[in-house]
Amino acid sequence: MNLHEYQARALLKAAGVPMFDGDVAATPTEAEAIARRLGGTVVIKAQVHAGGRGKAGGVKLARNPAEAAEEASQILGMQIKGLTVHKVLVVPAADIATESYVGLIMDRETQRPVFMVSAAGGVDIEEVAARTPEKITRLPVDPVIGLLPHQALTLAFTLYRDYAHVKAAAKIMEQLYTVFTGNGASLAEINPLVTTPDGRVLALDAKIVIDDNELDRRPDLAVLRDESAEEPSEVAARRANLTFIKLDGNVGCVVNGAGLAMATMDLVKYYGGEPANFLDIGGSSNPEKVIAALKIITADSHVKAILFNIFGGITRTDDVANGIVQATKQFKVGVPIVIRLTGTNEAEAIRILNGAGMKALSDMDEAVQQVVELAREAA
Amino acid sequence: MSIFIDKSTRLVVQGITGRDGSFHARQMIDYGTSVVAGVTPGKGGQTFAGTVPVFNTVAEAVAKAGADTSVIYVPPAGAAGAMYEAADAGIELIVCITEGVPVMDMTKVLPYVRAKGARLIGPNCPGAITPGECKVGIIPGNICAPGRVGLVSRSGTLTYEIVHHLTRNGIGQSTCVGIGGDPLIGTNFIDVLAAFQADPKTDVIVMMGEIGGTDEQHAAAFIKANVTKPVVGFIAGQTAPKGRRMGHAGAIISGSSGTAEEKIAAFAAAGMGVMRRPLDVVTLVKERLQ
Repeated sequence: MNLHEYQARALLKAAGVPMFDGDVAATPTEAEAIARRLGGTVVIKAQVHAGGRGKAGGVKLARNPAEAAEEASQILGMQIKGLTVHKVLVVPAADIATESYVGLIMDRETQRPVFMVSAAGGVDIEEVAARTPEKITRLPVDPVIGLLPHQALTLAFTLYRDYAHVKAAAKIMEQLYTVFTGNGASLAEINPLVTTPDGRVLALDAKIVIDDNELDRRPDLAVLRDESAEEPSEVAARRANLTFIKLDGNVGCVVNGAGLAMATMDLVKYYGGEPANFLDIGGSSNPEKVIAALKIITADSHVKAILFNIFGGITRTDDVANGIVQATKQFKVGVPIVIRLTGTNEAEAIRILNGAGMKALSDMDEAVQQVVELAREAA
Repeated sequence: MSIFIDKSTRLVVQGITGRDGSFHARQMIDYGTSVVAGVTPGKGGQTFAGTVPVFNTVAEAVAKAGADTSVIYVPPAGAAGAMYEAADAGIELIVCITEGVPVMDMTKVLPYVRAKGARLIGPNCPGAITPGECKVGIIPGNICAPGRVGLVSRSGTLTYEIVHHLTRNGIGQSTCVGIGGDPLIGTNFIDVLAAFQADPKTDVIVMMGEIGGTDEQHAAAFIKANVTKPVVGFIAGQTAPKGRRMGHAGAIISGSSGTAEEKIAAFAAAGMGVMRRPLDVVTLVKERLQ
């Protein structure tokens, strides 16, 4: 789960990370009030889960409270990469001497949190990593022991020569590590970490991604999810306990299991079609899940045909068949459905589908070829 | 022979009285697995399915029933605890089926289990099966057949699809291992590939990977250097968009890293047979079995 910048700032602030004062606003009036309280020139920043906010016009300077209200009214409601801006962050326009990057990621290879720091901050760190990897220092941290003082200092010495800066940055790294591990993050970064002309070290912008598996035991983090910042169909899917990702094609896919769901999308492409989505109905599927899945997929007007690909193990294919039959009775699906199912309770599933005038295939390749052809005819 | 599990495996089911645990315990017993014990704290002294003793702790299951392998069906909140307990009790092979274990927990579980000398498979995996001998986990037994092809996969149902193609075409399996779809797992491709290479009953290896991370690339390099048996590979997620978690927590393309193309290229560079679709497994494996 991605956090907004203002939410990431709040977690870092609670851990003691120094940063410029600032606050979040949902209306121009609120933005104006924050600008008045801060005094001087402020920056208005769109809070949206998309990169390149600045280029899209989502980050603006305002010299006084009236301008802050004006800029906020422009940014609030604007679309950035298809996402509507509902909140803006108002912070003082800072005088900056240097910009660095400090990040922590959960690394699969070392199976540890790994620090990545670079004196080349303020830019996309992935670009730095790709073009000039020597500019990034990496340090895996033993999760049982935690970040040791000399490790934090060593990292900070790669950023600054001034020992006062080094000490301040080392402390920030310890605080960032605490935020990372204490909130089950998979990524936590301060970019840029800045120095000011008067010698302070501060976090200017922050990004935190929380491991979705943490949310069940951390309701305080789960409430930070901003559903208005997500694709509505994906929100509906999550509420129905489905994993759904919208794509651009016209062949809707309903599959059990993530690996098979990906392989099904790939096979649609292999036979010349374009998948409209990734959808995993999960292991223990009940008919309600299938109905929800069909509703979500048919809400996309690009979808011209739908494929069910079910390999029953824990999933009972008769549950899926019942769901399909119930769904078609509840609402008009409107596009052809191709059903492939095999495995647990297959004979019963076929009986259920045949009883409702539907057919089932047992071969994945045959089913995919058929659905691709139907989508092509309808397009 | 086979890898990791066989006729001699003595299994304890952690979470045997739960919904998933009890269902799959029965399936494993029906398959012929020797399920020697179950564990559910507070239910020690009960009997499961008329024959399997239930204990309060894994240590009791080891001491009183001689369990050497454990399978975990407990919910995510208790899964890390169950893995620690199994390792502490001296279990040699721990298979964690549970999906949704917080990754931060795994950063501590993995070194702990290793220090105790145990092997962990998973979490978020379908387990393993040695057809005709033993099943630990949730892979449907009826789609498998005994034979000489070893399978290793990050996925569940995709594994079933490919095993099904093999079995329908008269090609049996030595052992099938699902290593799990999470970013931090106990047993990786290389561990399983090394075991298949050393197993005299495995002639050909099938490896199913997916987008995200670099495990498949490392596995390909390992195969080139250390595996003399023919290997056939598949990568799921060729059509996946960047930056999105495709169901499995580990299946995410970050930046330009972890794409299907780079993994397929690594497979080809290692001299592996590359499946463009699941069905290709039949031809590619047949060619390599002679």
